[in-house]
Formats: sequence, C-alpha cells, structure tokens
Amino acid sequence: MSRRAAALLAILGVLLAALPAFAGNYLLSVATLILYLAFAGQAWNVMMGFAGQLSLGHSLYVGVAAYVAGGLFFHLGIGPWAGLWLAMLVCVAMGAAIGFLAFRFGISGVYFALLTIAFAEFTRIGFDHLGWTGGPGGMFLKVAQRDQIDLLHFRGPPAMYYYAMLVLAAGALALCAWLLRSRAGYYWQAIRENEEAAQALGINTFRWKMAAVMISSAMTSVAGVFFAFYYNNLFPEQIFQISRSIEIILGPIIGGVGTLFGPVLGAALLTLLGDGITELLAAFGWEIPGIKQVFYGVVLLAVIMFLPNGIWPTLAKKLKL
Amino acid sequence: MNELLDVRAVSKSFRGLKAVQNASFTIREGSINALIGPNGAGKTTVFNMVAGVFPPDSGSIVFQGKPIHGLRPDQVCAAGIGRTFQLVKPFAGLSVLDNVVVGALLRSKDVSAAKSYAAEIMERLGLGEKRDLPASSLTLPDRKRLEVARALATRPKLLLLDEVMAGLRPTECDQMVEVFRGLNRSDGLTILLIEHVMRAVMALAQHVGVLHHGEVIARGTPEEIVRDPAVLECYLGEETEV
Amino acid sequence: MHWDLVANVVISGVLTGLIYGLMALGLSVIFGVVRVVNFAHGEMMTIAMYAAVVLFAELGLDPFLAIVPVAAAFFALGYAMQKALINPFITRPEHSQFMLLVAVAIILVNGLLLAFGPDARNVQTGYQLESFAFGPLLFDKARVYAAGAALAAAAALFAFFRFSLTGKAIRACADNYLGAKVVGLNVKHLYALTFGLGAACVAVAGCAMSVLLEVTPQLGPAYTLLAFVIVIVGGLGSMGGALLGGVLIGVSEAMAGLFITPSAKSMFSFGLLILVLLFRPQGLLGRKT
Repeated sequence: MSRRAAALLAILGVLLAALPAFAGNYLLSVATLILYLAFAGQAWNVMMGFAGQLSLGHSLYVGVAAYVAGGLFFHLGIGPWAGLWLAMLVCVAMGAAIGFLAFRFGISGVYFALLTIAFAEFTRIGFDHLGWTGGPGGMFLKVAQRDQIDLLHFRGPPAMYYYAMLVLAAGALALCAWLLRSRAGYYWQAIRENEEAAQALGINTFRWKMAAVMISSAMTSVAGVFFAFYYNNLFPEQIFQISRSIEIILGPIIGGVGTLFGPVLGAALLTLLGDGITELLAAFGWEIPGIKQVFYGVVLLAVIMFLPNGIWPTLAKKLKL
Repeated sequence: MNELLDVRAVSKSFRGLKAVQNASFTIREGSINALIGPNGAGKTTVFNMVAGVFPPDSGSIVFQGKPIHGLRPDQVCAAGIGRTFQLVKPFAGLSVLDNVVVGALLRSKDVSAAKSYAAEIMERLGLGEKRDLPASSLTLPDRKRLEVARALATRPKLLLLDEVMAGLRPTECDQMVEVFRGLNRSDGLTILLIEHVMRAVMALAQHVGVLHHGEVIARGTPEEIVRDPAVLECYLGEETEV
Repeated sequence: MHWDLVANVVISGVLTGLIYGLMALGLSVIFGVVRVVNFAHGEMMTIAMYAAVVLFAELGLDPFLAIVPVAAAFFALGYAMQKALINPFITRPEHSQFMLLVAVAIILVNGLLLAFGPDARNVQTGYQLESFAFGPLLFDKARVYAAGAALAAAAALFAFFRFSLTGKAIRACADNYLGAKVVGLNVKHLYALTFGLGAACVAVAGCAMSVLLEVTPQLGPAYTLLAFVIVIVGGLGSMGGALLGGVLIGVSEAMAGLFITPSAKSMFSFGLLILVLLFRPQGLLGRKT
C-alpha cells in the first residue's frame, strides 16, 4: 500500500473510532448500517469478485443465521456468542450444498445466479410456514435496557453496536486483503478469469470454488447474527426477500467488484446519498415511498453503463492511491 | 532414455464419429516430438486425452509408469504434464507476472518464492520487461510466450504445445524454436507439439508421428516422414520444400 | 375429494398457465435470441397490467381491446430499450448485462410504487362473474377469454418465426451471431425487433392477466422469477416448451393450492426449478447447447 493510502486509512480509522463521541444516535445508526452493508458486501465479494460466481441469493445466509441465533435465544435463552457458531455451521453447510450441486452439475453464470435466487425464495416461503420461528408473524427478541452494556447477550446502547460492526467490517477488510495476496487469491482470480486455463495449471477449480462459497457464507452468517440482535425482529418476508440480496450486492458493484475498498465505498456512498435524499424530501414535507430505491436503481444503471469496474478503481487512480 | 509417455491403442468417438482409432506412440524422456497431420486428423483429440480434458473410450495412457487416462486436467498437470492452448487463454485481468505466478504456485506454495521463480521463467522467455503490464495488452507472439511461460512455471516433465506457431511470422517462429531448443538442451524438457508449420517441425522435432483419419500412418525422423509416400499423399503434397 | 372439484382446479390451472406461458414465451424469445437475461420481465408484465387498469378506469376500455395499443406501445419501447440500452452490452460479460436489467427492474418496480402506491388495483368487467358450464365443469369466462388471447398471440408469434423472412432472419441470429453478420443481416436491428416482440408478448399477457387478478407493484419480481422458472423448465429456445412449461406451472400451482396451503404454491415452482437446473438444464423441450 502506498504511503498516501496508508495515511488516509489511518485518518479514516481515527475518525471512525471517535465517531460516537460527537455523533447523535441517528447518525450512529446510519453509520452502523453503512458498516453492516460494507461487511456483508465484502463477504459477497469473496464469492463474486474473487471466484467469479454471481450469487443473488445471499439473503439466504443472513436470514438463516439470524433465525438460528435468534431462535436459540428466543426459545432456549442461548446467547449470541454461542448461537453464532451453530448459525455459521448451518450457513456453511448450506453454502457447501448449493456450491456442490452447482459445481458438480456444471451450473455457472446466469444459471448459477438463478439457482441461488431459487434457494433463497424456497427458504423464504419455507420459513413462512415454520412454527418454531414464528411463521409469517415474525419473531421478536426481548429488548433489554438499552443503556447498560450486556456483552454476553449483546445488548446495549447504539455505540456498542456501532463498535461491534466497526470491528467486524475492519476485520473483513483485513481478511480480504490477506486472502487477495495469498495463494488462494491468485487461484481464485485465475478461476474467475479463465477456468479452463486455471485447470491446466494444476488448480482443482471445484475445490477452490467451494472454498470461496463456504468462506463467503460463513462471513455472511455473522452479519445475520448481528442483524438478529440489532433489529430484534425477524420476518421471513423481509429478511429473505430478493431486494435484501440486491441491497447486499449494490455496494460492491457500485464501488468495484473484486477490489478491496469497493464494497466499503459503495456502501457508504449509497447509504449516505439515499438517506440524504429521504431527509431532503422530508424537509419539504414529502414522504415518498420507493424514491430511495429508484435512486439506487438509477445509480446502479449509471455505474454499469459508464464505470463498469466500479467507482473505486477510477477514484484510486485519480487520488493516486 | 526411458519412456516418459506411452499412449497405447487409444480410441475416441464423438456421437458415432471416430475421431481417433487405435492410435499408439511413445515418447522418450528428453526428446522433442511432433504430431502432424491434416485438419480433422484427430491430433487435438489425442492431445486433449493426454491432457485430461476427456478420457479415451478405450486404450491406455501411461506417464512415468503410472496410468493417467481419466484423470482431471489439474491432476494431469500435477503429475508433471504442462500444456498450452491453441487459442491462447491469458488471465486478461492480471498482470503478465501474476499470470506466471499462478502457474508457479503449483510447486512453490509460498507466494514470494513463486514470484521469484516466475520472474526467472519470464526472463528466459524474454518477457522480463513486460512483467507489470496487463496481460490483455500483449501482442500475439508475446501472448504465446506468456502461455508457454505459465505452463513452464508448473515445472512439467513433459510440455504439450498446441499449434503454438500458428499466426507467427517466420522470424518469430524461429525465435520460439530457439527457446524450445534451449529448454530441451539445458533442462532436459520433453516436448510434444502439434504443428502445421513444417518449418518448426523440421527444425525442432527429433521424432514425428503422422495422424490421418484418427490413425497413426507414419512414424520416424522428420527426414523419413517427408519422404514417406503415404504422408506425401495425404498431407504434404508432392512438392514439399522444407 | 370430488373429481369435478379437481377437474375444475386443473382447468383453471391450464387456462392461467397459458397466460403464464405467453409471458414466458416473450422471455424465451428474448433470452433465446438476444441472449439477454431480462430480469425486468415480470416488471414489464406488471406495467402492462397497470396500463390495462388505467385505460379501463380512464376510458372504459375493455382490457382485451386495450391489448392493441398496449402491445404496440410495448413493442416500440422494447425496441428502443434494446437499441439504446442493451445493444452496447452485447460484448460485455454476462453478469454485466444481467445487472443492467436488475437496475432497470429496480427502477421500474419502484417507479410503479411511486406512481400507483402499494395498494392493489383491479379491473371490473361484467364477464368476470360469468362462466361457461359443460356439465359439472365450469370455465370462468374471463379466464377463457384471457387464455384465448394468449393462445392467439402465441400462434401469431409461431407463424411469424416459421413463415416470415424476418422471422427466419431472427432465428439465424440466434443460431449464429457472427454468421448472421457475415451474410449481411443487420443483427442489431433484428435484436431490437426481437426484444420488441418479446415485450409485445408480455403486453398481451399483462392485459389478459388484468381481468383475473389485482395488480400491485410487488407482482413484478414474482413474475420475473416465474417466467424464468417456466422458461428453464420448459426449455430454452423452445417456444412450445415455454407454453408447455407455463401450463405445467399453472396446473401445479393450482393443485398445490388445493392440496397444500395456497401460500406454499411457489415453493413447488422453485423446487422444480432447482431440480431442472441440476438434472436437465435444457428443460423438457429445449436443445442441449
């Protein structure tokens, strides 16, 4: 990393760490959302940007993890730190199953994307009929006192959630940076660029694609557990729906698929601008449902047409990072 | 010299069309061999069977004493056979160096060790100065060299070259020939090429096999096969000047 | 379980399935020829439904009559969309095109939300309450008319592709892009034409569907997925497959609604999609590429 980039990153780190000191609860919640999307986007990026497999059903892992951890807490009082492991296990198993089915049967590209959508939708409808998790009526976790920090049950003031997400997002960034430079990173990029050539160089593409899918689903499951204990209510209709999957991938696509900072940049830009628009309109007394999504759609369209590699690569060049 | 590759009585049909029938040949360690023949003779099919792209319907392929027919392409590479593609397949989004590093990572699991080995290989193939350029920006001869460098980085005992001279001008072709001669001499690299460019075949190959309609119709040194009447009839024509 | 109840449910499923089939036919034509994954397909169908609703509300125009202007408009818009938006993307990687249409879909579905709000709208005509009776079997008039319109449109499309010169040219492009260019076909124009035709199919299907259902913006994504399920199950590139797939899904949804709970009916469709993708990706009638 160049010195300019390292300096910028350090400044950003300090600012982010100090944010709760001067930001109100609303701003903190926006910042937490940005970090959440950055984290989830980074997790998705591992599969797409690194291994080239387009998943449009990532809401599956968020939802299942949220329900597993949430369900354990709701029914058995098991805290999130323990629930996290089971949630991750289940999600990795699901990711492995989907990956196995897809790769063994040679499903790729658009068909793979459709397969991931089908699994997410199938699960959504399934959970709608699952009594143990409350069915379509949803599951509500007990919200305890907000001012005390109860780390064991992951309850506390907004600042606690913010810092938790900050650590997760920073951790994901570090993990991806390490992966990208490792043997795995090279192999994944080779598979993404040309799978046949990669095989001819001794790469067991099936195994590496599976690894990408499993790492991606494991990371995404953590986001799901966070979701459960942050929002405290889960509805199948909401958490599994395809717009949630799209929400996760908007950041990386706009910021730059396959890059390290793309997902973070994309998540920040979209959330800030989107919220900004809503606030602006509210200031004029207009409350228009759907305007934020239209905005997202337009930005996505513009980026795909004019900056197909995302905003980050161009920005990095301009800023000489 | 021992036998490195033993292809015995392999056959392959595609939907009833016999692409290769009962083809057999052996390749000695340290030799340079060529497989020639008219289009549709089955050369690429044989090639692909050795490289693991698909298995033969019958027959066997034994490499270094172990059967490799039916193995996946990545397993064949791990066993010690490297290959290039007729239509080059660079990793376009990666730099030239990174392309070769991917190959080197097979044997040198550590990234920095792989990088230095890759740099060495690139020097030998004359790509040293282009290391940080995107692979997509290379000219065709350089892309072919990159393809070879990448395969070499996997430290193969046998290198399969699929029409590597196609599209090269005579001087570029001669340069490639020199590279392969050098690799064969200094490293003892065994080479099997599929070729149409007779200039390269005559300059490089010590043994030549000729395929026609899926069958091996002639075997021998280059001088022998250019005089073989069967070969002249089906492929080279009476007025062959090489 | 009385057999006539089951029979009526099956009939209803077949009729609805024909409309699904027409919608999927539009997608099959687009996907099969232009190779574009039209992720906005369901949204286009929903817009057509809204168009029929609005024309009925403002002008009292029966949805089946509205088919003519709506289909014409959709043809023009489809042509324009392909020419302006998608053609530049032909050489780009697959997922790039896909995301382009995802963006369009997002804009369309939320645009509808902005324009019409989330509440359901519908059309109310006299014949919606009537049915044809053949003994114990009941055929809802509205459903029969709708299925009839769908069949007519499908037949017209078949005929176009089979017998007209332009139709053959389009099939040539589908088979071999480069070859078609080499023999002098204006491929970009033909692609735009094809997209226009696919859009027109959707328009007819949407107008027909508007007499059977209430329309909300959320139908968009659901129909997109349904269209893909049908096209993949029925077989890519096969027009007959799209119709057959549509009928199959229509009947299975109706049966699932009868024997299991109605809300679980799409689960069956998705399960079927997964199975087909894994075990018979060319679908029931498609060609293996």
